[in-house]
Amino acid sequence: MTSISEDSDKEKVRSVSVDLNNDASLVIDIPDALCERDKVKFTIHIKTTLSSFQKSEFSVPRQHEDFIWLHDTIVETEEYAGLIIPPAPPKPDFEGPREKMHKLGEGESSMTKEEYAKMKQELEAEYLAVFKKTVQVHEVFLQRLSSHPMFRKDRNFQIFLEYDQDLTVRRKNAKEMFGGFFKNMVKSADEVLISGVKEVDEFFEQEKIFLLDYSSKIKDATAKAEKMTRSHKNVADDYNHISGAMNSIAADNNTAFKNVCVFFLIVCVLQKLEDRVASDQELKLTELLRYYTRDIQAAKDLLYRRARALADYENSNKTLDKARLKGKDIAQAEENQKQCLRKFDKLSESGKKELTSFKARRVVAFRKNLIEMTELEIKHAKVRRLKCCVYHDMFTQQCSGSHGKPGNMREF
Amino acid sequence: MAASSERSPPPFPDSEEPELLEDSDEGADAFTGTSISEMDSPSPDSTRPPKDIFNEPPEDIFSDPLSNINPEPQKKVDTKIPSPSSDEAVDLFSEPLDDDSEVMSSPEVQNPMPDLLNEPVEAPKSDVLCEPPVHKNAARQQDFFEDPPKGSNNSSSSVKKAASAELFGDDEDEEDLFKETPKVVTKKPQPSGPPVDVFTEVKSDVKVKPQVKDDPTDMFTEEALTAPAQKPPASSSSSSRTNGVHSEEQDLFSEATVELSLDSPLNDRKKKDAVKPSLSAPAASVASSSSKAPSKTLEELEEEESEDKFDLNISVTNPEKVGDGMNAYMAYKVSTQTSLTMFRSKTFTVRRRFSDFLGLYEKLSEKHSQNGYIVPPPPEKSILGMTKVKVGKEDPSSAEFVERRRAALERYLQRVVCHPSLLQDPDVREFLEKEELPRAVSTQALSGAGFLKMLNKATDAVSKMTIKMNEQDVWFDEKIQDVENEEQHMRKLHVMVESLVNHRKELSGNTAVFAKSVAMLGSSEDNTALSRALSQLAEVEDRIEQLHQEQASNDFFTFSELLADYIRLLGAVKGCFDQRMKAWQRWQDAENMLQKKREAEAKLLWANKPDKLQQAKDEIAEWEAKVTQYEREFERISATVRKEVIRFDKEKARDFKRQIVKYLESLLNSQQQLIKYWEAFLPEAKAIA
Repeated sequence: MTSISEDSDKEKVRSVSVDLNNDASLVIDIPDALCERDKVKFTIHIKTTLSSFQKSEFSVPRQHEDFIWLHDTIVETEEYAGLIIPPAPPKPDFEGPREKMHKLGEGESSMTKEEYAKMKQELEAEYLAVFKKTVQVHEVFLQRLSSHPMFRKDRNFQIFLEYDQDLTVRRKNAKEMFGGFFKNMVKSADEVLISGVKEVDEFFEQEKIFLLDYSSKIKDATAKAEKMTRSHKNVADDYNHISGAMNSIAADNNTAFKNVCVFFLIVCVLQKLEDRVASDQELKLTELLRYYTRDIQAAKDLLYRRARALADYENSNKTLDKARLKGKDIAQAEENQKQCLRKFDKLSESGKKELTSFKARRVVAFRKNLIEMTELEIKHAKVRRLKCCVYHDMFTQQCSGSHGKPGNMREF
Repeated sequence: MAASSERSPPPFPDSEEPELLEDSDEGADAFTGTSISEMDSPSPDSTRPPKDIFNEPPEDIFSDPLSNINPEPQKKVDTKIPSPSSDEAVDLFSEPLDDDSEVMSSPEVQNPMPDLLNEPVEAPKSDVLCEPPVHKNAARQQDFFEDPPKGSNNSSSSVKKAASAELFGDDEDEEDLFKETPKVVTKKPQPSGPPVDVFTEVKSDVKVKPQVKDDPTDMFTEEALTAPAQKPPASSSSSSRTNGVHSEEQDLFSEATVELSLDSPLNDRKKKDAVKPSLSAPAASVASSSSKAPSKTLEELEEEESEDKFDLNISVTNPEKVGDGMNAYMAYKVSTQTSLTMFRSKTFTVRRRFSDFLGLYEKLSEKHSQNGYIVPPPPEKSILGMTKVKVGKEDPSSAEFVERRRAALERYLQRVVCHPSLLQDPDVREFLEKEELPRAVSTQALSGAGFLKMLNKATDAVSKMTIKMNEQDVWFDEKIQDVENEEQHMRKLHVMVESLVNHRKELSGNTAVFAKSVAMLGSSEDNTALSRALSQLAEVEDRIEQLHQEQASNDFFTFSELLADYIRLLGAVKGCFDQRMKAWQRWQDAENMLQKKREAEAKLLWANKPDKLQQAKDEIAEWEAKVTQYEREFERISATVRKEVIRFDKEKARDFKRQIVKYLESLLNSQQQLIKYWEAFLPEAKAIA
């Protein structure tokens, strides 16, 4: 939910600067997804007025791997080097809830029916939440592509959207996986190397410093937010357990029966509220932070590509100098140097634009999410306050009427 | 509930009953129809002495439900009962019972959320719909609705409660009919008032119930039964009369009515609360135990009376480290504030160290536990914690330990003085008043006395295992089982609450870290407004962290400690049962001995040895005396234990409730804070441009 609204916001921002009918011309959403074992099949629904598509409305089935493929091809395309490429959606991870479900199944005999039902219900809810989130990130990826003036015209993107059979993208084999890993290594090594290259443009220099700093901070904040959410979840779980224990006391029907029942009731309410707050925070804040962690990584990649281009340019300069010294291949070196310069300039230009818009987008997204989160927090706090009020009132009334209780309870 | 209705046969002809059963399902109209037909059924009663009074109420009752159809008779009701107490009385009968009924109707308890969400929409509406004709009653209920936030919830629950409350009411009524007390007449100046309202309330509830309750038919039949019998309040007094001990209850009751008649409808609630305890006790217990000896109820009442007047405030404050090194100890200020005449002055303060508290317990338990009293146990000695305090400087964990112990000691003392018999003990008084106490020696954790005590406990445990008591008293049998179960549950619960506290602390820590991280993020953010907002967010999170921390300590002090206390107390209760068992064992042993002596005598007789015969006879007489003495002791201890356990249960209920209320208050407070923080943050978030 977060990301979708966030995205629509992005679109709005863009629509101001690009063109207005952008929004309606290509609408992508994922209305449905199917989970089979470790595969998740998304149904992508496309509605478009663009002439490049054969039909105006259609659906295609896609898997997570197809998304990754799309992302990779875009990354590898030379001409997008100057753009911030939307981060690929993370791999669906249903292991957590599934494992818990499994554990629950094993422990079924050891707990009461009610407890089991409750636990199951909770796990199902958790599973559903994870599922929804997964669908969302995939959706957002496509929406960001579709809202970008360059990416939306991408050939691969169109194939991805239009090819009405299963794409059955060839999975990466082990070698390629290793290759990818190796490439990453090289890249980070390279990053260190070219960080020594002197920056010519003030804007990029600052941007680089900022992004490096920001990315580490936001990573940290994300980790902390996750931790916080987890401990919140723990608290909620505790309440759950307590309410379970309360239930068993209540079921025992002994003297403290009444209190305990009431107490149990309260705890139940608290637990649920607690849980909801936790998930709200999770949704609003952590998701935001997480998304921007990835986005900033993408921006950093852009900077890297630019820096690479700069390094290439400088190298080509050197080669040109050498060539001039030696007096041969000058034309080729000149050509090369010019090309590098052109590439670098192009990258710089589009990068500048991208980064600026990225910044604006980030601020808007943060604003929107923070406001939403705050409003939710206020809303929930108010609900809780009201409930506390109500229960408090109920209790104080009961308290004064409680004196007859033990005598009464004795009889049961 | 079902049992209660079975126990007491319906007060009117059986032929009526099935009809009611069927009719009631059809709803209000059918219901009024039956009530008209019932009109005759109480009239046979009217031949009895309290004729007039009995005659009148039925008229009112039945006219009022009819007023659902035509509003005229309602005026009649008003003119007859001009006192404002009439609507108040309804509260008395429905509300105290509510408490019970809510306990029983578990479906509501299990899902509070849907309750809150769904019902308020329906319940109040229908309530309003049915009530207009019954305006007295309606006025009360509206009053109930008044405060907007609570209204919806209260009303829905009250509707439900009132409905199920009739089950109890029904019980009382029947009893009433059996006993037919002439006293009722004298005692009740306007018996006609309340019944009407009780009934009308039932009426108005009828329509609402189907949405709320699972088995409306059951309810309906019960209500139908209630209809003709109209003296719930009388039942309490009637039962007291049958016991022959009525002064207490009557007093209470008359007090209640006096208070009622003074009521103005506006400040209903306060008064209601004030009155309820006194009335609910007899009503509830009578309702559930028409056959059981109500003397217990009386005892409770007496106790309640005394507790209400109870004026003894004890606080343990100012923990202070005395001495240095391993000989250091903590001294606490024990201040007492009282108006009781048994103390020399109104306020006094003494300094006591932890072992003094333990010493007090030793003395008390030595004297009282063998008699079956539950002596509240003090907090346990904690060598680790204390060592930390002794050695450590001002570190937070030892401060927490000291605070925890202080609170535990305070609760301990309060429990001691709350006990009417323990309060009378000279040692208690000495502990509270005397400047210097002789040092308690036997409390040293590793002293010889302690070792002996442990040995004693071990032998006790062994003997407990060997004694096979065939329990005669069902009450004790159940109770022992209950206590056992409860202790287990409490232990389980305690562990969970502990983990909750830990997780809360963890959460608070994580929130703090997150706040720092957000602050960092804010500092590196290049958009000024966003940067500002982030740092604000960090501040908010910081405050929330504080809240979490407070909540953690709240969880801890309200629940964890409470549970710990009660686990200890349950241990004491078990000890109580053991004492009783020991007494029983003594009695049985004496019985066996007597048997042996008798056999010996018979042998002697057979062997014709007259010289030893006299001695044997003497021994028999001696053992017979012992048997009777032990038996009496056993009975006495049984009675004491029973009384104590009842008292304990009541205390427990009250304690838990108080804590829950306290907890809720703290929660309320923290929510308030939370709202404040976030609301302050909202403009900041909006200011991001």
